[in-house]
Amino acid sequence: MNHQRRSTLKAASGAGLYGALVTIGLLKPGQVSAQALDEAFKAQGIAATLKALGASDAAVSNDITIMSPDIAENGAVVPVGIRSNLPKTQSMALLVEKNPSALAGSYDILDGAEAEVSMRIKMGQSSDVVAVVKADGKFYMARKEIKVTLGGCGG
Amino acid sequence: MADPMKIRAVSRNNVADVRVLMAHEMETGQRKDSSGKLVPAWYISEVTASLNGKLVMKAHWGPAISKNPYLQFKIKDAKKGDTVTVTWTDNKGEKRTDEAKVG
Repeated sequence: MNHQRRSTLKAASGAGLYGALVTIGLLKPGQVSAQALDEAFKAQGIAATLKALGASDAAVSNDITIMSPDIAENGAVVPVGIRSNLPKTQSMALLVEKNPSALAGSYDILDGAEAEVSMRIKMGQSSDVVAVVKADGKFYMARKEIKVTLGGCGG
Repeated sequence: MADPMKIRAVSRNNVADVRVLMAHEMETGQRKDSSGKLVPAWYISEVTASLNGKLVMKAHWGPAISKNPYLQFKIKDAKKGDTVTVTWTDNKGEKRTDEAKVG
């Protein structure tokens, strides 16, 4: 008799499928739920976004590198990369403090991908950017200032 | 139908460096047109990448990603001839999938 399977089925029927799947490790908790991400994309400022991502307790880490110019001439196209040297990196997100909604993008790093992504983002004005990394179930962050000489949200 | 993506994947020491250029307006929803009306948001909200059919990376984007988005990432254990597939979905539900061989 497979007792683990039996209790799994019981838990799944009782306490909601998602929670049960997380408990037995079928669903990785590293992936933030779609609902939480929706909230995070609406949040303003770093603190509110971290809260929506469930990362309020993120610790500052030197193992996260933000690759970007110190001064960006054109705020509509600012190249930014994030690299994490933390073991078991599960997801990485990039936040821009002074944008209308801080979260620019979030990346789920699954088995088979390295913890390094680069992208181009829009920045309305000079601002701190924050990289949030989830590794082995814990949140870490790094911060860097990017000066913008021409804003990216014209109109 | 949206324009195709440009995907370049180069393997070095078994790690593929993948660079993708997508064609998309990436309208923020904050901008006003000449008559003063808000231009509705229109942006890629999700990008997935697979190696030989196995999902390796999933990106969730907001409108703060630049117009005609550029994305670079790295895939482990990728050899020459492997297939990298990238799919994007925008907030209107439109999709585009393109693939490239690792070179």
